Amino acid sequence: MKRLLFWVGIILLLGGVNQASLLWINPYVIQVLGLAAIHIILAASLNLVMGFTGQFSLGHAGFMAIGAYTSAAITVYGAPLFPSGFLFDQILFVIALFVGGIVSAFFGYLIGLPSLRLKGDYLAIVTLGFGEVIRVIILNMDFVGGARGFSGIPERTNLFWILLFMVFTLRFLWKSIYSVKGLSFRAVRDDEIAAESLGVSSTKVKVTAFVWGAFFAGLGGGLFAHLITYLNPSSFTFLKSVEIVAMVVLGGLGSFSGSVLAAVLLSVLPEFLRIVSDFRMVIYSLLIILIMIIKPMGLMGYKEISFKFRKK
Amino acid sequence: MDQFLQQLINGISWGAIYALIALGYTMVYGVIRLINFAHGDLYMLGAMAGYYSARFLMDSGGSAAFPLVLLFSMVVCGLIGFLIEKLAYKPLRAAPPVAALITAIGVSLFLEYGGQLLFGADPKFFPTLIESIPLFETGRFSMTNIQAVILITSIILMLILRFIVLKTKMGLAMRAVSFSHTAASLMGIPVNRIISFTFIIGSSLAGAAGVLVGLSNPKVEPLMGIMPGIKAFVAAVLGGIGSIPGALVGAMILGILETMVTAYLSSTYRDALAFIILILILIFKPTGILGKRSQEKV
Repeated sequence: MKRLLFWVGIILLLGGVNQASLLWINPYVIQVLGLAAIHIILAASLNLVMGFTGQFSLGHAGFMAIGAYTSAAITVYGAPLFPSGFLFDQILFVIALFVGGIVSAFFGYLIGLPSLRLKGDYLAIVTLGFGEVIRVIILNMDFVGGARGFSGIPERTNLFWILLFMVFTLRFLWKSIYSVKGLSFRAVRDDEIAAESLGVSSTKVKVTAFVWGAFFAGLGGGLFAHLITYLNPSSFTFLKSVEIVAMVVLGGLGSFSGSVLAAVLLSVLPEFLRIVSDFRMVIYSLLIILIMIIKPMGLMGYKEISFKFRKK
Repeated sequence: MDQFLQQLINGISWGAIYALIALGYTMVYGVIRLINFAHGDLYMLGAMAGYYSARFLMDSGGSAAFPLVLLFSMVVCGLIGFLIEKLAYKPLRAAPPVAALITAIGVSLFLEYGGQLLFGADPKFFPTLIESIPLFETGRFSMTNIQAVILITSIILMLILRFIVLKTKMGLAMRAVSFSHTAASLMGIPVNRIISFTFIIGSSLAGAAGVLVGLSNPKVEPLMGIMPGIKAFVAAVLGGIGSIPGALVGAMILGILETMVTAYLSSTYRDALAFIILILILIFKPTGILGKRSQEKV
């Protein structure tokens, strides 16, 4: 009952926020805010894999791409099969998002398997390779546009959906990590052998982390596709993965609130730096280096900002 | 058959360039266990330094001699590598490895976008240092003198490296540091100086690779280092990261495979196939071809 009330409250609130934003905020700012929230979803899901389970992944953009392309293909090719109208459009959109997430989760399962044998840098390079392979495969798929890009995706994402899925992602990840079961994730991160000896199946934990991480990355990708309405394989390169990794590490490995902070910072900062257009990326990269030197554990370290509604 | 041999030669000369970059990766990884993502960009800086020094030499009337340009860009890259280590990586020696990795990515972005500011984003055309003449031709199969120069230069550089690592006191110290920082410093080895030295050598090899690539593919631009950088890293992992002969073997395999895929399949699959093979090799032999298996202790 309490849970139901929570979600009804959130939906009403976000609906209100969405309407208000349409009235008072200009579309450019809405888009930046939307991208920031999508980055929060991506960073939080990667933090589950990297920060809480300790498995280095450089292929998150690959999962995002799978989710984005799958859900976009569903809304584009599925629309004629579905009755049109506002409500049906929204239902199709949500179905597409979840299918995108599930397909991405399946690939997360596949990439989670080698993680049982590989560690650290080797796992990093395998996930990096996976992301690149996905990109090249999409590049050669003609029905989603190939190298020309996939255009004509209906615009379905608005602040309401993004924020709703953001709350959903954060709440889900938070609830699962800060629970008794969630302890096993952190146990595997801190010492795999000790965790195994206490009866934690590190195999299961790692694969679970990859599957959920990929699922939410896929969701984020789907939201991204229907916000920008155009997809191009070149937006899902290794640099995109690096951007997400930078958010997770800057915020603090093993801190969801840190990921939220860093995702907002790194998405909004480049927009402010547009004033110094030419120097934008140079300043951005220097800031990353400086923050890492000053705070190597990230902005938050292992700590979380505690929320008022969560009584300890 | 002719085409196969031709591709094999092209592949080997690409492999030699990958090998020079991969060696730097592997050496740096050996001493501080850091994937130096900025390494690919040092290769770009090497090409840029080569471009400007060759232009300068030509403008001032003299002929731009290849060894001079090579030496100049090796020195420049060595210096930049030294500075990068001192300013960005040294403060993070005690920090968790991921922090250092993110810093490396930051340095890489800085060099790329700083390069765009400094050199301009448009591609530049590397001046012809050596006129391309086929050394021998049989049917459709030929080898140019440029390919020969690339191959010979990289072999010479690798022999020098081998001599430094195996025969000199500095090399001995490098091997000791890569074994254990603490033990090495207890034996009186100045660990920080050795790390700087490793960075200088690794970076200057990347610089040399940049000039060599300028000979065969004259287009140089600030973002040219990203892909070869990642590929060289793949090569280093393929051969077994931390192992110098491994880097060479991995780079050759990668270079040959890539040219073969481009020739017989399609160039769009080139990048993917390199990674697919890498994933397969790592799944079946996670330490790479020549990597040492380290015992895991509780």
